Amino acid sequence: MEENKKYTAQDYKSDQYVRWCPGCGDHAIVIALQKAMAEVGVPPHQTAVISGIGCSSRLPYYMGTYGFHTIHGRGGAIASGVKMANPELTVWQVSGDGDCLAIGGNHFIHEVRRNIDINILLMNNKIYGLTKGQYSPTTDRGSVTKSSPYGTVEDPFIPAELVFGARGTFFARSLDVEVATTVEVLAAAASHKGASVCEVLQNCVIFNNNIHSYVTDKEVRADRTIHLRHGEKMIFGKDMNRGIVLDGYMLKAVTIGEDGYTIDDVLVHDAKTPNNTLHQMLAMMDGHELPLAIGVIRDVEAPNYTDELTRQVEEVKGKKNFKSLREYILSGDTWEVK
Amino acid sequence: MHQSIDQSIEVVNLNLQTNSNEMTESTKVKALDKVVVRFSGDSGDGMQLAGNIFSAISAAIGNEISTFPDYPAEIRAPQGTLSGVSGFQVHIGKGVYTPGDKADVLVAMNPAALKTQIQFLKKGGVVIIDTDSFKESDLKKALYETDDAIAELGIDPAQVMSVAITTLTKESLADSGLDVKSIVRCKNIFALGLVCWLFDRPVSQAGHMLSHKFAKKPTIAEANVKVLNDGYNYGNNIHASVSTYRVETASVRKGIYTDLNGNTATAWGLIAASEKAGLPLFLGSYPITPATDILHELAKRKDLGVKAVQMEDEIAGACSAIGAAFAGNLAATSTSGPGLALKSEAIGLAVMAELPLVVIDVQRGGPSTGLPTKTEQTDLLQALYGRNGESPLVVVAASTPANCYDMAFNAAKIALEHMTPVILLTDGFIANGSTAWRVPEDDEYPEIHPNYVKPEMLNEGWKPYMRNPETMVRYWAIPGMEGFMHRLGGLEKDAKTSAISNDPANHARMVAARQAKIDNVANDIPQLEVLGNPDSDLLVIGWGGTYGHLYSAVTDMCNKGKNVAMIHFNYIKPLPSNAEEIIRRYKKVVVCELNNGQFASYLAAQIPGVEFLRYNKVEGQPFSTGELVEHFTQLIEK
Repeated sequence: MEENKKYTAQDYKSDQYVRWCPGCGDHAIVIALQKAMAEVGVPPHQTAVISGIGCSSRLPYYMGTYGFHTIHGRGGAIASGVKMANPELTVWQVSGDGDCLAIGGNHFIHEVRRNIDINILLMNNKIYGLTKGQYSPTTDRGSVTKSSPYGTVEDPFIPAELVFGARGTFFARSLDVEVATTVEVLAAAASHKGASVCEVLQNCVIFNNNIHSYVTDKEVRADRTIHLRHGEKMIFGKDMNRGIVLDGYMLKAVTIGEDGYTIDDVLVHDAKTPNNTLHQMLAMMDGHELPLAIGVIRDVEAPNYTDELTRQVEEVKGKKNFKSLREYILSGDTWEVK
Repeated sequence: MHQSIDQSIEVVNLNLQTNSNEMTESTKVKALDKVVVRFSGDSGDGMQLAGNIFSAISAAIGNEISTFPDYPAEIRAPQGTLSGVSGFQVHIGKGVYTPGDKADVLVAMNPAALKTQIQFLKKGGVVIIDTDSFKESDLKKALYETDDAIAELGIDPAQVMSVAITTLTKESLADSGLDVKSIVRCKNIFALGLVCWLFDRPVSQAGHMLSHKFAKKPTIAEANVKVLNDGYNYGNNIHASVSTYRVETASVRKGIYTDLNGNTATAWGLIAASEKAGLPLFLGSYPITPATDILHELAKRKDLGVKAVQMEDEIAGACSAIGAAFAGNLAATSTSGPGLALKSEAIGLAVMAELPLVVIDVQRGGPSTGLPTKTEQTDLLQALYGRNGESPLVVVAASTPANCYDMAFNAAKIALEHMTPVILLTDGFIANGSTAWRVPEDDEYPEIHPNYVKPEMLNEGWKPYMRNPETMVRYWAIPGMEGFMHRLGGLEKDAKTSAISNDPANHARMVAARQAKIDNVANDIPQLEVLGNPDSDLLVIGWGGTYGHLYSAVTDMCNKGKNVAMIHFNYIKPLPSNAEEIIRRYKKVVVCELNNGQFASYLAAQIPGVEFLRYNKVEGQPFSTGELVEHFTQLIEK
């Protein structure tokens, strides 16, 4: 391997023809992922991309890295095994709202809880695409789908809430239409040591078209989203004159210079603080009264699983210093027949 | 009390089958081929420890041993109750292949133990009880209706050796400085001392083992060693005028030995394979009876660099192992029947991705949760066929506790060299049972050569599903290798390009290739050997953990001039290449298994035209040698 080789997005592409529907948000996301990988610079042969089942889970085939397209919901458990077995690899997990939060929900919360160093790309289109249009765990209450012809009668997960409930150390969000932001959050996820969850709101042009357009439409996006950056004021809007302030225990969107609010009242984003209370409030903003937050919302240092596992193995090995199984067995209760 | 003990020892003399008529009274030592002892008490009474030490010292002086712990399903049932009884049976002597059908000597530390365990005593066998725990309240807890446990159970008082074990233990440790609770806890070791005397075991060796066991608590260690010696001396002094027993030793191979149970053997076999293959060992698992001890042992073996991980569920156990296999480890997952059901889809992925994976199923009674602590062989068809699609893989089975080491090693070797999942079937009986095992030298086991890609293949148009044309095994490229980046998956691949393919002819070709790869494993497995008397009309067939009982039955019959042949299968899919030829030689063939005929139906499909008679038992219990002898005798005489 050439030392310090500079990789380009092209180095992370495979020769496979991309088979997603024309207009699918996934096209932009795979491009963003390849750009992010080039930016981070881990060589393709030291990168493994693991997925479950669903439209999004086809992604590994389009990557020039090592890849494994597995079974429904199990990407997280398989990615965990890959990372535990060889911590030197950079491991990505690619998943959708059904794969990750329904059938794979258990693996998802546990990999987040373990804080294993996997970069999890969660493409959320609020629908099952590959099985042709059933409601998913993120589908809004009342939605009419093929499996809910009279509307769903259940509340959806908000992925960020699950991540915080599982004591996640990293959560970021982007929109499929914002490639630059997606590259930014994916690169940040790769730099984070631990389980990094990046939710990308993605449009399914066939079964759930425009599901995110309330926040993604060009005309309204600046007013209905806020790009959070660590250490910077939480300001947003077409004219960048709106800000997030604390009003009692609640967040509030204000116009700077109106109602007595000045720039000094606007909160500064601290993604690194261990306390997740404010992160959760920010992640719950949905674009209506408060703008939907994109960018890195939480990025906290904490012990990660693979480092701890490696450290423990080395520590115990060093203490006992057995050279082989036989040596270990002979250290126990034995007798000799002469 | 002295009186009753003297009487009981008379009974010992009468009832233990001796084989040495020439022994004179004056030697006061009776020789036996083999003897079965069963220790029983409350699950907190330390019967497993007493039994383990007795087995280990017996093995150390040259007896063959086979043990079987019989735990209650409840972890800590109320003290003194029937559901809280824990037993440990050990068979010692020469020609020992099973823990024995029934016990010659039963140690019962309380009335509940006596009530539940008396069924395991041979007719006329000897019972040793702790009289201190046969008070009215104890009898009530064990649901006796009268105040005379012995009479109520219809036991001949002459069979009973009554010893005030608790009182004697207290006296022994009066000056130890220990509190009463700790003192009473040593009563199991007093009983052990007594049994050591009865069977002429070297008490000093037991003392060493106790010192080792309690190395971190020297006061407790010292107390146990004292009680042990006092128990031994008590027997010696009180019964100086009666006989003890010398149990026949076997001429075993020279070497260093240890006492090994099946689950530990399985764990060690995997470690041995990882050393031979030069690969790190990864276990992804989830707790389930009776397989959890494999996880426990491998978790402890971080000192040998093993990564054993308790995942969030059975599926994640298998999936993490598949991930580890993809990443280039020797990967395994351990479970029991219900867990194997949950892992089915993941195992299918390993079949499709053609990754090496060892799946260990320690079988227990089923279906569903079934009988978690009891043994069965009812997962065979699940192992063979329990997946969607045409999904062939290798199925092997271990036949004894020590054989678990060999079969775990062999399962790993096959998985790595043939790029396939291998299911290793053991069962609760051999997993918890133990035998003396000679620690092998490093060069006694074969090398393992995984089918890796070679660097020059990059220039030869390598694709991930390119195969060795002879073995049909695909080449293993491991993440981290430069140039070999590739994508695997559960979708069907093109045989040439390895890209996703729905082409009908290609699918047929890949189905055949995966089958051929498994069929070819037959070239790498040992041939069957005919046991017993090959020149017989009747052929007994077994597989897996029933080996000991079947072999004992067949040997017993052959020794008595009733000719029976036997073959025993460790390799089930594919079958050893000489299986059909052997089976077709015999007039009568009976397949014996602890299920309703699963292996028999599999054999019938593989070897058409043979009438496979069946002998089945599905009671959660192993066979008894006696019932097998009876059945085979009927088959011969019919």
